[in-house]
Amino acid sequence: MISPLILIVTATLTASVAGLPLLISPVRGERTSCGIMLAASLLGITGALQALLSVGSERWLISWGLPFGPAEIGIDPLSAIFLILIFLVSACCSIYARGYLPASENRDTAPKLSTFFGILTGSLAGIVIARHAVLFLMVWEIMAIACYLAITIESRKKEVREAGLLYLITAHFGTLALFVYFSKIHSLTGSFSFPESGTLSGSSEAAAAIFIAALIGFGLKAGIMPLHIWLPSAHANAPSHLSAMMSGVLIKMGIYGIIRTVSLFSSIPFWWGVTILLLGVISGVIGVIFAIAQHDIKRLLAYHSIENIGIILMGIGVCLMGVSNNIPALVVLGMAGALLHTLNHAIFKSLLFLGAGAIIHACGSREIDQMGGLIKKIPLTALFFLVGAVAICGLPPLNGFVSEWLIYIGLFKGMLDADTLNDPYFALAAPALALIGALAAACFVKVFGIAFLGSPRSDAAAEAHDTPLSMKLPMGILAGFCILIGLFPQGIAPLLQITAASIFPVAAGAALISESASLGVLSAVSALLMILIGVAALLYKNRLSKSPVKASETWGCGYLAPTARMQYTSSSFAAILNSLFSSLLRPHTKDPDINGYFPKNQSFRSHTPEALLEKVYLPLFDNANSRLSLFRKLQHGKLHLYILYIVVTLISLLAWSHFRMRG
Amino acid sequence: MEYMVNIPIHLLMIAIFPPLLLGVINRTKAFFAGRNGAPTLQPYHDIIRLWQKGSVFSPTTSVIFRAGPVLTIAAIVAAALMMPLGNHPAPISFNGDMILFAYLLGLARFFTIAAALDTGSSFEGMGGAREATFACLAEPALFFSLVVLARISRSISLTGMLNDFPPTIWFGSGAALLLMVGALFILLLAENCRIPFDDPNTHLELTMIHEVMVLDHSGPALAAILYGASLKLLLFGALFIHITVPFRSGSFLLDWCAFTGAMILLAIIVGVVESTMARLKLTRVPQLLIAACILSAFAMLLVMRQTS
Repeated sequence: MISPLILIVTATLTASVAGLPLLISPVRGERTSCGIMLAASLLGITGALQALLSVGSERWLISWGLPFGPAEIGIDPLSAIFLILIFLVSACCSIYARGYLPASENRDTAPKLSTFFGILTGSLAGIVIARHAVLFLMVWEIMAIACYLAITIESRKKEVREAGLLYLITAHFGTLALFVYFSKIHSLTGSFSFPESGTLSGSSEAAAAIFIAALIGFGLKAGIMPLHIWLPSAHANAPSHLSAMMSGVLIKMGIYGIIRTVSLFSSIPFWWGVTILLLGVISGVIGVIFAIAQHDIKRLLAYHSIENIGIILMGIGVCLMGVSNNIPALVVLGMAGALLHTLNHAIFKSLLFLGAGAIIHACGSREIDQMGGLIKKIPLTALFFLVGAVAICGLPPLNGFVSEWLIYIGLFKGMLDADTLNDPYFALAAPALALIGALAAACFVKVFGIAFLGSPRSDAAAEAHDTPLSMKLPMGILAGFCILIGLFPQGIAPLLQITAASIFPVAAGAALISESASLGVLSAVSALLMILIGVAALLYKNRLSKSPVKASETWGCGYLAPTARMQYTSSSFAAILNSLFSSLLRPHTKDPDINGYFPKNQSFRSHTPEALLEKVYLPLFDNANSRLSLFRKLQHGKLHLYILYIVVTLISLLAWSHFRMRG
Repeated sequence: MEYMVNIPIHLLMIAIFPPLLLGVINRTKAFFAGRNGAPTLQPYHDIIRLWQKGSVFSPTTSVIFRAGPVLTIAAIVAAALMMPLGNHPAPISFNGDMILFAYLLGLARFFTIAAALDTGSSFEGMGGAREATFACLAEPALFFSLVVLARISRSISLTGMLNDFPPTIWFGSGAALLLMVGALFILLLAENCRIPFDDPNTHLELTMIHEVMVLDHSGPALAAILYGASLKLLLFGALFIHITVPFRSGSFLLDWCAFTGAMILLAIIVGVVESTMARLKLTRVPQLLIAACILSAFAMLLVMRQTS
């Protein structure tokens, strides 16, 4: 038997070079590139599953001659879970790319994109197996830059360049926080290798600094509110399968980082759990409120990523509060919920982004209000999108419900078990999660209803063309996983239990989640629901076949010439919620000006920008820019002088350390 | 033994009883209006007649429009199996079933709204938008109440929370319960589209919610929707009654009769509210729902303080 780590390292390296054949031979290499990517994914998933099932952890030392000690890579159940989602989503996206961006029609962009995509996949896998600070920061940077290059592939468009720039700035700000993070860890352990889990004390001031640096550094990547500003525009402007990869996998690296960080500590201060739970509630509620106000389908999905990151954080918060109160059941439920939601979100959000890509492919617009009636043109895509939409709302019997369910049970149990201590947090978080769920349902019924149902709102939508098989297949696979995990959650529960126990040893004493969260009964009730739906459908079908069925126009309130433009639009659907939350959303609206008996043609427009970016960050940075203009002279674009800066800095550092040793 | 008898009664109850509640409400409203009104059993006739009728489908609609009522009714029936009725355990009861209950109703709502949007009518879009919006405000109120019930009963299943709800709790946590009951009554009216939130009678006004969403449904689909709506009323009624009338005789037959009587009384109260109040201006509806959230949140705070 080959060691899982060999498989995973091979998969990582293979994925990184998967784009090369296409770069060499722009048209014929397409199939080879895709094949290499699939092979890499297969290897990677096999290795990850092996590592999960054998419950071992493995570490390799690689001497690389750099002054930071030998590099280290390793695999444990936590890494394995993230590897599964990296390779699953990247495989689906690379099949999809063949239909969405065929190299024969996009000779300049497709080869570059698939090269960067391969490097991105490799670096993502590299992040979760790195066990050494310098190696980690290197692959982290490769990921950031590969992703930047992939986002800006259509660099002729201004908004693409702007989105890319914003992403790059925030990514580097995050890296800066990670430098602080790793140097703090180094000052505790004296080594750049990651400490073994559970070896650091959580009560020191250094621990608090590490935790906060991790929240900023990893939080920027995950898109925790208020550090989410790069996310909407980057997701909206990237090619759709890259958006799927970013939302499904890339932002999860932030979650990975946070879980990895807390796993290093033997004790968790109570305020860590509360902070994460609170950040989760804020990201969840505000993320979904912003999502409802959007009318660009990809921006809308991007805001939902922020919401789902919030739900994942709530799970982590429950887990941490369980660790500090020493209640194993909470640790397991919270962590299992967070991990499963991470996996689920990777599945249904990439499904939805691929679906959005299929819509854009079919009718050429990201504006929901230009769509309509698409279910008749692209029925399979509509079905897959519906599965994704029901799953992301957390509705039974699909996978999104199962992970939210675990978090809910954790919250309710926490409220009952921990009552002498700190219950208000648990009790307040449950209704917040319910609010998030209801808002998400409102938002997705809007997207699905306006885009796929009713009559076409534009000529492009009326003449939408079908989606090629290479785009349908990956969506079908992802939708299948949504249904599978939803109907048989007890199948994946043992893997989550193993992982939770490997992160926090205290969790090993907890009851099986299949029992504490009654996953078996849940699965049975889901089956019962399916049977009830089947019975009701048969009865109805039978009834329809026996009674007369007539076709007639939709009732138009007595109006004789209804047009498609009279349908409810996405902005009208969201109007009441938007006005309820307008003080938060700060929408830009242009109201019509109607007066007189015969008013002229009028128009109404509304747009909800990223309020935090426009109202807080940009003014702040503009201000900083004008005040710090003195220092801009240092940055003049002359390369030789930059090298001089580096040399001067190095020499002064050497001198400083020399004197410090003497003194 | 008792369990074996209770399950068939529970099933019979959800199959047969709900339309009677609509009949009683309409009868009460007729009485207040000084009319004779339709017979109390009229909703049964309506449902049977609609079931036998033909259907009209708009060419704008797709398979979603036909799937909507099917999924809605299946989800509500599944939810009904988890709500204890008549002071007896529900047929399906497990830890966390109240969450599944709320989310099954959410699933039903999702497909009702999707079917409404499928007609491409601005009128039904309006109804759908309102339903979705008001649900967002009602959901936290329901969950605050569930938190209160979980804290009081120290159980996280509907049967554990509601069945054997001891009357003595009213002495201990009366204030909290009173606030919660207020919130639950607002929820009951809002979720079932009664006055002052919605008027089930006049579906041709621009301010309607539920009725306007199902405007294009006809024949068997409309029968299913009508029955589903009455079943939902029964479920919210049961939640309300188990808390407000927490008495148990010991004889299971007497308990079922008491429950049936209490449900009919509740239907009369709803009828009285509908007869004596005007429907709220649409812009006021969110305010009342937020008030329900605040009431139940206060109930939660009171319960928290008490037991910790």
